[in-house]
Order: sequence, then C-alpha cells, then structure tokens
Amino acid sequence: MDRILVCLKRAVDYNVRIRVKTDGSGVITDGVKMSVNPFDEIALEEALRIREKGETGEVVVVSIGTDACQQQLRVGLAMGADRAIHVRTDQALEPLDIARVLIRIAEAEKPGLIMLGKQAIDGDNNQTGQMLAALWERPQATFVSELTISGATATAVREVDAGLETIEFELPAVVTSDLRLNEPRYVKMPDIMKAKRKPLTTTELEELGITPQTRVTVLQTAAPPARQKGKMVADAAELVAELKRMDLA
Amino acid sequence: MGRILVIAEHDGSELNPSTARCLSCAGDFSGLDCDVVVLAKDGKRVCEQAATLHDVSTVIRIDHDANEHALAAVQAPQIAKLAEDYSHVLGPSTTFGKDLMPRVAALLGVAQVSDIMSVISPHSFQRPIFAGNAIVTVETRAQDMVVATVRTASYQATADGGKATIESRALDVELPTHTRYRGTSGSGDGGRPDLQSASIVISGGRGVGSEKNFALIYQLADRLGAAVGASRAAVDAGYIANDHQVGQTGKIISPDLYIAIGISGAIQHITGIKDAGTIVAINKDADAPIFEIADIGLVGDLFTIIPELEKLL
Ligand SMILES: Cc1cc2nc3c(=O)[nH]c(=O)nc-3n(C[C@H](O)[C@H](O)[C@H](O)COP(=O)(O)OP(=O)(O)OC[C@H]3O[C@@H](n4cnc5c(N)ncnc54)[C@H](O)[C@@H]3O)c2cc1C
Ligand SMILES: Nc1ncnc2c1ncn2[C@@H]1O[C@H](COP(=O)(O)O)[C@@H](O)[C@H]1O
Repeated sequence: MDRILVCLKRAVDYNVRIRVKTDGSGVITDGVKMSVNPFDEIALEEALRIREKGETGEVVVVSIGTDACQQQLRVGLAMGADRAIHVRTDQALEPLDIARVLIRIAEAEKPGLIMLGKQAIDGDNNQTGQMLAALWERPQATFVSELTISGATATAVREVDAGLETIEFELPAVVTSDLRLNEPRYVKMPDIMKAKRKPLTTTELEELGITPQTRVTVLQTAAPPARQKGKMVADAAELVAELKRMDLA
Repeated sequence: MGRILVIAEHDGSELNPSTARCLSCAGDFSGLDCDVVVLAKDGKRVCEQAATLHDVSTVIRIDHDANEHALAAVQAPQIAKLAEDYSHVLGPSTTFGKDLMPRVAALLGVAQVSDIMSVISPHSFQRPIFAGNAIVTVETRAQDMVVATVRTASYQATADGGKATIESRALDVELPTHTRYRGTSGSGDGGRPDLQSASIVISGGRGVGSEKNFALIYQLADRLGAAVGASRAAVDAGYIANDHQVGQTGKIISPDLYIAIGISGAIQHITGIKDAGTIVAINKDADAPIFEIADIGLVGDLFTIIPELEKLL
C-alpha cells in the first residue's frame, strides 16, 4: 500500500488527575500537560513498524483541532512519520464530524489503512474509528492487539470481552489500537530536530466543506460521587470478621 | 411517542447478561415500549431466552448465515434498517456494543452516546469522561434518533417473567463480505463465574509477581466462588490473559465484593471498580492509593495473608 494515515489527538496527559470546575461548566485544562492520546501513539508505532517491514510507502499523521495540535503532530514526525496534516478549527468536533473530516482526507490521500486509537482518554467516546469505517464503507478492526498485513488483506487479533478474536479483512480498512499492540518508541533529541524540517500542511476546516454540528450538548460537568475512605484492619482474622459482619463472607 | 430497540448480545446459543442490564436502562425511559433484536445464524434459542426477560414487547428474530459471528460491518446495516421504526437504539458498552453501535449511528447520520450511566429524560443522560473522573449530563437533539451504549455496571439485570412474542423477519439489505471471522480464544476460566456478572471478584496485580503465583488468587477465588480479575500490569506481564483486565480499558464491573491484591490503585484501574459494593485492598505499601477508596484495607504481604485468609474462610 502507498500510505497509512494515523490520527493523533491532542489530549490531557494520562498522568494528570483532572479536576472539575466548581461551576460545573467543564474540567480544568488551563496549564495542564497535554500529550498525544496514548492509544494514538500506539497506532503510530504500529504504522511505523509496517513501514519498516516495507509494507507501506509512507506514514502520514493527521490531527484536527487548534494550532496547538501541531505540537502533537511534531511528536508524531519525531517518532518517524513522514509528513503531517493539520485540519485547523477552534471548535471541538464530535466523533461523527471528525469521521467526516477524515473521509475528506482519505479521498485525497487514498490510504491503504487508517489507524486510530480505540478511544481518546479525555472524552472516552470510543467511536471515531467505527464511524469512519461506516462512512467509508470499509472494514473495521477495533481494539487490535496484533496486526499482520499480507498484500491486499490483513489479519487482526482483537481484544474482546471473551478473550482474543481473530478477523481477516480486505484493505483499505480502519484499525483502532488497543494497549497491547506494541510499546511505542522513545523520541530521541536528533529526531526532534529532524522533525522540524518534515512537511506539515494546515487546512482550514471550512476549506474541506464541512460544517460541524452540535448533536450532543453538555449541560453540566460534575465530579463523580466520592467513595468514602474506609477502615484499616490489622490482620487477616480481623478482615474476615469484618466481612462476616457485613454478611459478605 | 417513541419506541426502544435493544440489540441482544449473545454467542450463538446463550444470551449475554449484558442484554438484561440494557433492558433495565430501557425501563428508565418511562412509557416507551421496548423490543429486542437477535441477529444470529439460528436465533431460536437466544430469542426464547430474550422473550422471558421482563418488559420486552417483541423479540425480533433475524436469521442469516452472515450473522453466525457478530461482525459490526455486517450487523450495522441490518440494525440501521430496523432502526427506522424506533426512536432509541441501545446496546451494551461491552466490546460487542462498542464495536457496533458507533457504526450504526454513523449509518444513521446521528451521534452516539457512549456509556449511559443514568437516564434523565428520553434525550438526556449522564455519562463518565476522563476515566470516570468527571460525569457529564448530555442532551441530544429532540429530532434525532438516540443511539447509545449502556454502561452495564450501572444497571442490575432486569427480572425474568416476561412473555414477549417472537417475530421472525427478513431484511432486504446488502451485507458486506470484506470482513471474515477466524476464531476466538478465551481463557474460559475453568467454569468460574463470569467477571462481568459475578457477585464477588478477586483481582491480582503486579504484586502477585508471576503467572505461577496467580494460582494463589485462583485458590482464594474458588474458596469464595469468585471470578478472577487483574490489573493491566498483571496482564501486560503475562501473569494472566487479557480478558481478565479490569479498568478504563478493560472491564467495568460492579460486584458486591471486590478484593484487590497487590494492586496499587491507578485511576485507570479504579474507574473499573467504582461501582463495587465493598472494596477490600491488600497491599504491602501503606501509602498505596488503593487505600484511599477501599472500604477495608489491610497492609501486609499477600504471600502470608492469602494462606491465612484461606484457612479462615
Ligand atoms: C491509557 C491507559 C489505560 C489504562 N487502562 C488500565 C486498565 O484498564 N486497568 C488497569 O488496571 N490499568 C490500566 N492502566 C495502567 C495503570 O495506569 C497502572 O499502570 C496499572 O493499573 C498498575 O497495575 P498494578 O497496580 O498491578 O501495578 P503497580 O502499580 O506496579 O502496583 C503493584 C502493587 O503491588 C504491591 N505489592 C507488591 N508486592 C506485594 C506483596 N508481596 N504483597 C502485597 N502487595 C504487594 C505494591 O505495593 C504495589 O502497590 C492504563 C494505563 C493507561 C496509560
Ligand atoms: N481531533 C482529533 N484529531 C485526530 N484524531 C482524532 C481526533 N479525535 C479523535 N481522533 C481519533 O479517534 C480516536 C478515537 O477517539 P474517540 O472516538 O473520541 O474516543 C482517537 O484515539 C484518535 O485516534
């Protein structure tokens, strides 16, 4: 295949313990560390490995969002992507609109694979890849922990509730990564320098002819009900006594 | 007036308990009738099971060779076609539903609401974001069909005692052949209770140290009739198979009793157990974050505590 598109979402770093604004209007993101969504980094790593095996010509990273997304695209380029596409918008798009944007890019780029994370760890939606596959009318392999390409077909092992499921599908297709697909490489200093010279093109959302819609409105954001800190017991006997008292053993 | 369609999850012969939990959620849309659809190669048995669940009007049986295994690309166009008669389409937030429902929503050109944890009104719901560290109340547009997944840990299974009619239907939709099922390998877990519906779950983490040591967790689980879970670190280290992982990217569970052994309590793990009735933590580090949320905490070495517990239980 000529190329793989990999989607990189700029998201709050997974180590940040987010807090809800007291007025219920959202979560506090000012001054919070932002990163590439961890599942997307895994998707990119897999695409790079496929390229290293000679099964794709190039790896193109895509991010949709504000100018700040370019930081995450630069991380992708430093990891080894060949070029980057930034679709600029200040609006936060819903998964269906992200999928519609990606279709536009797919029409222009004709990728053999589009790789995404299985979910973005901010909204925890777990939708975009599946929606994209539906609109593209192509196969989807979600929650993938092993991927093998052989010519025009691919085989994926998927992490499902019952264990590991294997499916075979024709390319082009959409693949979403699970955590055990691989361990992403570390970016080295010289790579960051090199990445600055790699091509990054920016397109305004409007130029793609897409008008985002608000289909789901967030009315309120609240902190989850907190679990009370419980009691400490001294030993196994006391633990069992406590469970018996609570009718649990 | 609307009508709800619930997508049954099954393995070809048994209805998955997630379906009965979805029906509980459907019951919270007061006044809306609810049907269940079973897509299968031969759905007779699964339809009969679904028909006994409380408050189901009609079980729609769609038999097709292409439905032998649940493939989202094959099921989605069928559900999108059926959805024309409904105002709401619900599936479980299991890997089955998460794979399928967004594909259905996109075919219908509507949004999908992930992980409904409570129903405020027919178009307004609560759902978790940021690994459950925030809960949002969302509202969909009144004119749009609602396509959603139900966070199964937030709902109890609906009661039995229903007497729904079963209605066979054939759908005139083209099904893709670009995706083929090749098999599933699961741990099966030797007939132990199912992790997602067990009333007691015992989980081991990196602290358990090896695949061999996990036998300790299994022995204790068998003593209590419990299902066995694990942290991501334990799965990544190869101590236990992936289908045991509990947490943001594993299974979200709500047992009456959860016992975490050798698990530090990362937010991604905690998010999977927040709905447990009672959380017990056993960890040798008194500062482990798991103790912040545990109802009962015991500081100590799991290798001495587990054998003691076995004697006492
Ligand atoms: C995007 C993302 C998603 C994730 N999703 C999940 C998920 O779904 N589920 C999940 O679990 N994690 C998930 N994680 C990983 C999570 O952040 C933690 O790394 C993981 O939960 C740690 O597992 P652990 O507690 O077993 O290991 P550790 O954090 O290493 O803790 C081991 C604990 O064992 C204790 N211990 C060691 N020896 C003994 C002994 N002899 N006796 C008693 N106690 C002992 C130690 O004190 C320590 O507290 C995710 C991470 C990311 C980035
Ligand atoms: N704004 C975005 N830019 C690039 N990729 C995105 C964006 N939003 C979502 N994605 C991709 O879609 C995946 C799933 O996101 P979600 O459906 O929101 O959980 C992410 O892991 C990304 O790969």
